[in-house]
Amino acid sequence: MSLALDADDRARLDGREGKAMQLAMRLVVQAAHNLDAERLIPVTFAHVDACFYTGQAHVDFVRFLLENGARLAIPTWTNNGVVSLADPTLRPAAEDPDFVAGAGEVMRLYAELGCLPTWTCAPYQLPGGPKLGDHIAVGESNAVSYYNSAVGARTNKYGDYLDVACALVGKAPFAGLHTDQGRKARLWFACDDLPDAWRREDIFAHLLGHHVGRIAGRRVPVVTGLSAETTADNLKAISSAVAASGGVELWHGVGVTPEAASLDAVYGGGDCHRVTAEDLTMAHRELSTARDGPLDAVALGTPHFSISEFADLVRLLDGRKIKPGLVFLVSTSRAIRQMAAAKGWIAELGRAGVEVPVDVCTYYSPRVRGMRGRIMSNAAKWAYYAPGMLGVEVAFGSLRECVESAVRGEVWRDPALWIRP
Amino acid sequence: MIRSRVLKAAAVEGPVLILDEPLSFWGAFEPRSGVILDVHHPQRGACLAGTILLMRESKGSGSAPGGIAEAIRLGNAPAGIILVMPDINLAVGAEVAETLYGRGCAVVAVSEDHFIFLCRAARLSISVTGEIRPETV
Repeated sequence: MSLALDADDRARLDGREGKAMQLAMRLVVQAAHNLDAERLIPVTFAHVDACFYTGQAHVDFVRFLLENGARLAIPTWTNNGVVSLADPTLRPAAEDPDFVAGAGEVMRLYAELGCLPTWTCAPYQLPGGPKLGDHIAVGESNAVSYYNSAVGARTNKYGDYLDVACALVGKAPFAGLHTDQGRKARLWFACDDLPDAWRREDIFAHLLGHHVGRIAGRRVPVVTGLSAETTADNLKAISSAVAASGGVELWHGVGVTPEAASLDAVYGGGDCHRVTAEDLTMAHRELSTARDGPLDAVALGTPHFSISEFADLVRLLDGRKIKPGLVFLVSTSRAIRQMAAAKGWIAELGRAGVEVPVDVCTYYSPRVRGMRGRIMSNAAKWAYYAPGMLGVEVAFGSLRECVESAVRGEVWRDPALWIRP
Repeated sequence: MIRSRVLKAAAVEGPVLILDEPLSFWGAFEPRSGVILDVHHPQRGACLAGTILLMRESKGSGSAPGGIAEAIRLGNAPAGIILVMPDINLAVGAEVAETLYGRGCAVVAVSEDHFIFLCRAARLSISVTGEIRPETV
């Protein structure tokens, strides 16, 4: 199969626009060959993950681009970084000096390249992003899953470097999730038999996502029986959980996500799994490595907390203070933090003992201060990664359970909730 | 000899390491040691450095290419990766590492039948054109 390239593409490949654009073009062409694409398609937006430092290779790559004439072709937003540029004390350098220094440097270099420094894994919460049917290039797994599924924009998972390459070239391989055929669901999860009350709980979206991702792997699943009241926060929870426990880049929710007006509209045939109470209990067990008991910390905001989640948190706290000594962190973006601050919520949460870090998340190393011992989270993605990355024990729970536990200083289980750990 | 589909070419050889489940090269893997960290992974603790890694598919984070590139930079990456489901991100990490550091990692894909056959070998070599051969030690 041969790949159609135009004169501009060939000029870049030949190095006539410099070594940086040549490398970018080579990465896009390599990906096109590996995806069996016959042509490239223009993309209008990029969200890059390459600003998230994983080692010196990240710094070397963006330096190579800057020193060799790289120019972005499209609006390009940034994922969160490893460190917070707003609060350098959050990830103390002592924990891992080279890593912390490199992480800040790579973020500054991507801003220098011309990216809009949004520093968030939930760019879909900000205004001005892509719309239904737009072709885009996104790297971070939850953002890929959310943009494809909840927004109906079209991207493959263009991980580190390839995301930047697409943003420089302004094109992506026309293959996979850019095509109608690639967006068909290949397996079906039916939640229709579960009681309504269950499907309305915020914890349900996380557990369902974890379960679906486990089975789906990299396939596109469709889910039926989701509540008509499913919120953007629920869509975020499912999107991030399926991308963590599996490699799901697109899922459909019949009656809930924009391409799935009906099952027939998206289902291309395949296995059908009936989701049972046992499946969700098993997911809960997999996400909770800790026994219930005294609590050291609570970590919320994976992916970044939305403005509606801040409203829920303030309502659940109801003016109470969290137990002294307990660390309570809520990760979000600068933009959402500013919106919450304008409503007075950041000050109110501060008085209660809650910190709201920006630019970062808390589940990966080097360790954010206070992330030790037994930690509670309401996020399936956080609970999936933190035990391995931080060596902590995780008690997974609903948002209400996290708040009540933080006030009491020990894991509290909601008797009204249907999941028994 | 088995012919594979070349996703990123390199001539390599090494001992076989078979993964029972997909691995993400970020979050589940430490590039500075080459060891699998993920508590959910059946091969937790295994070191991938210098191996020919047999893994049906990749999974997880968009940071995976950075993880593999950094591991290549430090000499802690697999020498080669043999997949069943073609993957774009591992090849990208290997391509960038080759441009920046002059050393890479072969990434190839084979059929399920060939994958099962290759799992019986103790050592494998991969040529730049994707020919895979069992090596006698």
